Amino acid sequence: MPFPFYVSPEQMMQDKAEYARKGIAKGKSIIALAGKAGVLFVAENPSSSLNKICEVYDRIAFAGAGKYSEFENLRKAGIRYADLKGYAYGREDVTAKSLANAYSQTIGNIFSQEIKPLEVEILVIEVAGAAAQDEIYRISFDGSIADERGYATIGGQADELRVYLKDKYDEGVSLETSVKLAVKALEASSNQKVRAQNLEVAILDRQHPGRKFRRFTAAELVGLDGDLES
Amino acid sequence: MFLDLSYSGSSFCDLVAGRLPALLAKWEGLQVSPEELPPLPKGTTVLALRYGEGAVIAGDRQATEGTQIATRRIEKVFKADEYSAIAIAGVAGPCLELARLFQTELEHYEKLEGVELSTEGKANKLAQMVKMNFPMALQGLVVIPVFVGYDRRRGEGKIYKYDVTGGRYDEAEYHATGSGGAHARATMKKRYRSDLDESGAVSTALEALYDAAEEDIGTAGPDFIRGIFPTVKTVTARGILDVEAEHVRALCQSIVDGRARKH
Repeated sequence: MPFPFYVSPEQMMQDKAEYARKGIAKGKSIIALAGKAGVLFVAENPSSSLNKICEVYDRIAFAGAGKYSEFENLRKAGIRYADLKGYAYGREDVTAKSLANAYSQTIGNIFSQEIKPLEVEILVIEVAGAAAQDEIYRISFDGSIADERGYATIGGQADELRVYLKDKYDEGVSLETSVKLAVKALEASSNQKVRAQNLEVAILDRQHPGRKFRRFTAAELVGLDGDLES
Repeated sequence: MFLDLSYSGSSFCDLVAGRLPALLAKWEGLQVSPEELPPLPKGTTVLALRYGEGAVIAGDRQATEGTQIATRRIEKVFKADEYSAIAIAGVAGPCLELARLFQTELEHYEKLEGVELSTEGKANKLAQMVKMNFPMALQGLVVIPVFVGYDRRRGEGKIYKYDVTGGRYDEAEYHATGSGGAHARATMKKRYRSDLDESGAVSTALEALYDAAEEDIGTAGPDFIRGIFPTVKTVTARGILDVEAEHVRALCQSIVDGRARKH
């Protein structure tokens, strides 16, 4: 009987992690910023129909970086999970915490059991009454989950963006300032001008009753950040 | 379970049927004739009326259980999404369930697909859901909705009425259903004009409900003592808007005053 070559578990995990990191590093980045008006999502995305940022439930939104087909499946699974839970119990019972846990379990299982790990990094965010109470969960390709405060970044330039935002972020920022800050961060990390039509921007609007998710058009973005070219 | 790819469609009804079938009432195999059923709360009169800008949808607030009043404050008119509303007459339990399932269905589709269903698509989906209920209707658990949507592509309000088999009919002017439906339709038939404006449409709807309440024992008129008035919503390019309770009270008062002068 032929024996498969022995590969140590450490080596196997390292290889998988390196593979997933490489896949994610190729993709563009997404920034989420909690501010006065709500949680703002800014993604570099030249496509206006293949979205990276999406509504999940009343107060919850999802953002995915990496391989589109993979995070799209995760996004749909999240919406199905949230709608089933909200229908079986009540709308208030759908929380980002339980959704983030479900994602973490699923992605972690795939990472340890399948040959190919998911090349994705996702954000699950729930807006609350004030920026300090917003819940921001970042889930990596191996299922590890991080509870972030105030802001989070995912995708190829996630680390550079995080370093850029670290000193400049303040939880009392207005919507206009958040948009400007996110655009500046993206421009600094990629060393080129960002155009409004190549951005996908959405907000979980703190003040809006019911479903709080809303997208901004390119024209609205130029209105919010005068330096931005359409 | 979480990343279950066995169902890849965008329908919430199909998703629930596959994953949590216990949440949907299954009545096949249950053999009860309508006479054997205990008295169940029934929602009574709901109606819809078109006007230039869109449509009005309204209903009284009473549920009746045999000859008794089950509740005075039931809601039978629901916002289904930003541009459509649904009103339901029939046995209250399945009516409320249908309304909630329909709301979730529309929201689920919109989130998964990134676009909302067309007005006609929503009306057809509701027809399928009414059809699903047909075995229950045969056993006396009748659910009859009226659906109103503002079609943004065509810039007009649309009314759809249904029968128990899931038959779906486009209604050009007005419709009313439930125990007082025939009386409400008679009033609207006399008062309806194609050039009605919003205030005319709202007062016609309220007058029709008032007449239904006068003629039908199941339908409640305006209750000035408890402050309970019919639900009235407008469906236009501005979305679904509630007509303020204070405004409805004032309109009901003027109907009562008008009638009092006749005697």
